[in-house]
Amino acid sequence: MSAVVVAPREASRFAKLFASPGAVAGMAVLLVMVAGAILAPLVVPFDWNETRVCARLAHPSAQNLFGCDLYGRDIFSRVLYGGRYTLSVGIATVAISLVLGGLFGTIIGYAGGRADAFGSRAIDVMLGFPPIILAILVVAVLGVGLWNAALAVGIAGVPRFARVVRGAALSLAAREFIEGAHAIGAGRVRVVRRHLLPNLAPTLIVLASLDLGNAVLFTATLSFLGLGAQPPAPEWGAMLNAGREYMRYAPWTMLFPGGALFLAVLAVNLVGDRLSQVLDPRQRGRL
Amino acid sequence: MRLEYLIRRLFGIIPILLITWTIVFGAMHMVPGDPVQLLLGGSPASPAAIEAERHRLGLDRPVPVQYVDFLRRALTGDFGDSFATRQPVTTMIASQIGYTLSLAGGGLLVGVLFGTLLGVLAGLRPNGWIDTALMTLALAGLSLPSFWIGMVLIYVFGTRLGWVPIIGTGPQALILPSITVGLFLAGGLARLIRASIIEVMSQDYIRTARAKGLSPVLVVARHVARNAVIPPLTLLGVQFAVLIGGAVVTEQVFARPGIGAMLVNAVLTKDYPLVQGIVVLTTAAYIAINLLIDLLYGLIDPRISRT
Repeated sequence: MSAVVVAPREASRFAKLFASPGAVAGMAVLLVMVAGAILAPLVVPFDWNETRVCARLAHPSAQNLFGCDLYGRDIFSRVLYGGRYTLSVGIATVAISLVLGGLFGTIIGYAGGRADAFGSRAIDVMLGFPPIILAILVVAVLGVGLWNAALAVGIAGVPRFARVVRGAALSLAAREFIEGAHAIGAGRVRVVRRHLLPNLAPTLIVLASLDLGNAVLFTATLSFLGLGAQPPAPEWGAMLNAGREYMRYAPWTMLFPGGALFLAVLAVNLVGDRLSQVLDPRQRGRL
Repeated sequence: MRLEYLIRRLFGIIPILLITWTIVFGAMHMVPGDPVQLLLGGSPASPAAIEAERHRLGLDRPVPVQYVDFLRRALTGDFGDSFATRQPVTTMIASQIGYTLSLAGGGLLVGVLFGTLLGVLAGLRPNGWIDTALMTLALAGLSLPSFWIGMVLIYVFGTRLGWVPIIGTGPQALILPSITVGLFLAGGLARLIRASIIEVMSQDYIRTARAKGLSPVLVVARHVARNAVIPPLTLLGVQFAVLIGGAVVTEQVFARPGIGAMLVNAVLTKDYPLVQGIVVLTTAAYIAINLLIDLLYGLIDPRISRT
């Protein structure tokens, strides 16, 4: 059995999560967006890349809810499809930061001694780069593209994850149940897998949920700068970049993709914020 | 502050700078494509001409020699010539840095102003409806794509209302970009300041101050403000990264000149000496600012420098 220190009263925590109107609203928005992205092929009135389905830069109307872009493509269909990029990129970047940073932090925090001293210095060095500079540097090496941008954002997040997880692992490693596990002959890998990681889970979940919104925003920013998704992909940041030229005449080309991005990030942040309050032991007393 | 602490901290940044610059050097050498071909702009050139150019740039030397030379020259602020303009990278950066600094300054002003206002109002009355509303607002600030809000501001205040110029580099043209950079900063600062105030308000010395009959205004002015300012201040170094990120994006949105716009353009056109120069300088500035804030923190809170 794994030694879970904090007795989780899962049901009551789940209830607490939804005791905040903000979190409920955020969850609702996310559900609609996820459903929209998954069901896009069934829901959209037009193909996302089909040109001349409407007049160039046509106003929003009953047929084209969000209007049309320069090539006569339906913006509503494109925004709905764009949710797919946002979803998958967000999950991928956080997974990269979480796996690489979490593993690195756990290992050096658990190992202690020289490995910890050396690893901590490495984290300091990585933190010496402002995240956007680090991400741009990675894109410069790997080349422009959505998945390279996602990788860049994921890598830029590694030192932040590693630092927090290292601290948590360090304090856990000094606890008695870890010593006990060692005493009954559990190997290092087993201790990490069965005892450390389950107890680090709340920290990891909070970190990931707080970082998700940021990662989505960051990747869309790279796409906006022309370093991520390339046209004609209906990625929201790239759509805004394209809409920049003619927003004077057709503001809806930038209003809707950007609004969708804002709503998505706000929804994720509202849920993440609440999740961290519910799971973070320091905050628990305040609820 | 003890001199020994100052010296130790100053020496502490040397390995970090060295390793960051090494990473930048390594990254630039891992980039696919021949820099000489890029420099010649794809125009057909004789092998002899290519070789001559390679020799002129020192790229025919062994990598370790190039590395030492890079470090030596970086220390004197020499990053070679841009592929695109053939001008020294340092000259190009110097001509643009003023625009970025004024944008960062404007963003910092907006961020600190709104962040403090929101954070203090929320922190003094935690968990009420005002607090909830203000913190949702702060979270919205953190969720706003700066490139989007920049475009919305341009459209509303520039195109529709015509209140402010949307192009140019004068002080008036700095208003909207500063707000664009500042909103994200304000959201983060508001949350930090709120948490810091709540923390300080729960301390025993605040209870004592109240118990001895000090008016609430004086409690906040004399005791809360001084102590609550420290944690957000220490995180101002991290906020510098937010300012850099904000500047990169905002310069693109407003078509402003500046370091950020130059960096993005340099990456897209594969102008690697320029990328290298900008990355080395921004990381150095970032590390220096964080050190400065650490030292400042030691000055405000003497307990730190004694450890």
